[in-house]
Amino acid sequence: MHLFLQQVFSGLASGAIYASLALALVMIYRATDLVNFAQGEMAMFSTYIAWMLVNAAVPFWAAFALTLVISFIGGMIIERVVIRPVENAPVLAAVVVTIGLLLIFNALAGWLFTYTLQEFPSPFPDRPLFGALLTSRDLGVIAVTLVMLALLFVFFRFTTIGLAMRAAAQNPASARLCGIRVGRMLTIGWGLAAAIGATAGIMVAPILFLDPNMMGGVLLYAFTGALLGGITSPVGAVIGGLIVGVTENLVGTYLIASQLKLTVALILIVIVLVFRPNGLFGTAIVRRV
Amino acid sequence: MNDGASAIASEKFVADGDARVRIGTWRRFAVVGLIVLAAALPFGLSNYQVFELTQVMIYAIAVLGLNILTGYNGQISLGHGGFFAAGAYTAAVLMHRYGVPYWATLPPAALVGFALGLLFGLPALRFEGPYLALVTLAMAVATPQTLKYFSWTGGNQGLNLAKPAAPPGLGIDRDRWLYLFVFVILLLAIRIAANLLNGRTGRAWMAIRDHPIAAAAMGIDTARYKTLAFGTSTLFTAVAGALSAIVVGFVAPESFSLFLSVSFLVGSAVGGIATIAGGIIGGFFIEFVPNFANDISDAAPWAIYGLAMLLFMYAMPRGVVGSFGPLVAWLRARSGRAAAVSEVSALSTNAKPRQTSQGRLE
Repeated sequence: MHLFLQQVFSGLASGAIYASLALALVMIYRATDLVNFAQGEMAMFSTYIAWMLVNAAVPFWAAFALTLVISFIGGMIIERVVIRPVENAPVLAAVVVTIGLLLIFNALAGWLFTYTLQEFPSPFPDRPLFGALLTSRDLGVIAVTLVMLALLFVFFRFTTIGLAMRAAAQNPASARLCGIRVGRMLTIGWGLAAAIGATAGIMVAPILFLDPNMMGGVLLYAFTGALLGGITSPVGAVIGGLIVGVTENLVGTYLIASQLKLTVALILIVIVLVFRPNGLFGTAIVRRV
Repeated sequence: MNDGASAIASEKFVADGDARVRIGTWRRFAVVGLIVLAAALPFGLSNYQVFELTQVMIYAIAVLGLNILTGYNGQISLGHGGFFAAGAYTAAVLMHRYGVPYWATLPPAALVGFALGLLFGLPALRFEGPYLALVTLAMAVATPQTLKYFSWTGGNQGLNLAKPAAPPGLGIDRDRWLYLFVFVILLLAIRIAANLLNGRTGRAWMAIRDHPIAAAAMGIDTARYKTLAFGTSTLFTAVAGALSAIVVGFVAPESFSLFLSVSFLVGSAVGGIATIAGGIIGGFFIEFVPNFANDISDAAPWAIYGLAMLLFMYAMPRGVVGSFGPLVAWLRARSGRAAAVSEVSALSTNAKPRQTSQGRLE
């Protein structure tokens, strides 16, 4: 029982990281109908920026904040320069372009920072809590995710720009008629998604160690979480991410060898899509002819 | 993508129409000349160059398989490396464990590829666009570790295979024999693909790609044809995988990473996603560009792949072959030899069907 609870809590911590990245994916999907395959590599690149700042003796939380700002701006630039031209192109073009971005970021990180594993400092001490049920590091990761979620909730619920962004995502034509600059909202959306992804990267780097391929598996789990929750639902993405984190840990502990973890994610994705294509909280897609 | 479609449609129209005889004979001469040239080529090259060209042809078959699915049927796959691996391992296990001669491993590999494709194509009916890309991406990522897990695949070490010898009496060495062997399979693959795509099946695939609802309304069994497209596509790719195992003489899980699947996609985008000949251009790209890039730095192949993907999507979305096809038709029309052609190609450049409101929340 103790082992079980331990695995559940550590699963919640990794689940919180998947949830953050899943949230970034859902934000972009809702706004542009586009799955951003480069989300993980963008997060990895942001994490390298944080790593450089920390190595330059910037205090951790200052480096964290600075990285979020840089990622926000970077995300906006990417939307403007790379994504805008294929916004209304067929799905294939958009998929190919984001895969291309994935490759470029991966290569750029490998070229600038080499492929050797780097140690990344954790802001939280690694102490067992509550009779070794969970570590203070896990608790810290969960807390950061919760704070970020609360901030996003407030932003989208109570600020004018947050409301405008939701309007632009839900009904671009009407939003434009109301005087909302839809294009600008999309740009801000990409910036926000990049910043959320950066948070996920910085939280996961102390656990996985930092290298250019760090986010490959994480991205897959985040996708699984987003699909499980319903790719149109931000709340669903968070819950889906948490479920995936816990499942991954339990399956790895009790059922099968951990080398097959990614295969589990694949099977989970297929099961979700076959039996509940809209996920747990997603809305059904209605197509008009 | 639709632009590529109309280019193909126009070419087909030409072939069916009045200009058939004149274009047909010239084309036939050119094709026969090319085949003779390609068959004679290995005798003037070094062993290593022959090996490289053999690889090019293998990749061409794999990319052709991907083109059938993505270019002609509109289903996106980022996981064809996995089907390539399935073919390679079928051949390797049959040769290594059961002593099956190399040429006899191709039909089983084709069968395995086809069956896996059907199995994958069935759930794929429910996913569209980005979803299918996601599932296949997950498959590409999961392939190496699944291969490592089982013992009959040789685990981490993979399997070493004896390189097949040329049949005695022909008087050619092993590398040149394998080149010719793969060349014949490539010709067969192109012929089969062309026949399928120019016939009823191909028209059904393209109709589904361009407008699934209209296709269904015309009486096309979309589920059946989409699954069939998946199976056919993976059959081609699995055969390419089997050929690669035979030619390289070695299979290991790490050769079938995400990079391979992405390579096929890049090759497809560069050559022209809805073309048959694009596969060959794609094969050259996949074989030679990463090799050159590796001399610059470890990271360069990925960077060049990424840049190529962006550049081709912005500047040349129909790929090399897809872009030059209409150019040739236009030149031909200008020379005044076939008035009918100009009319058709003018039509096809003006009327661009646009796909709208696909999967969009309304």
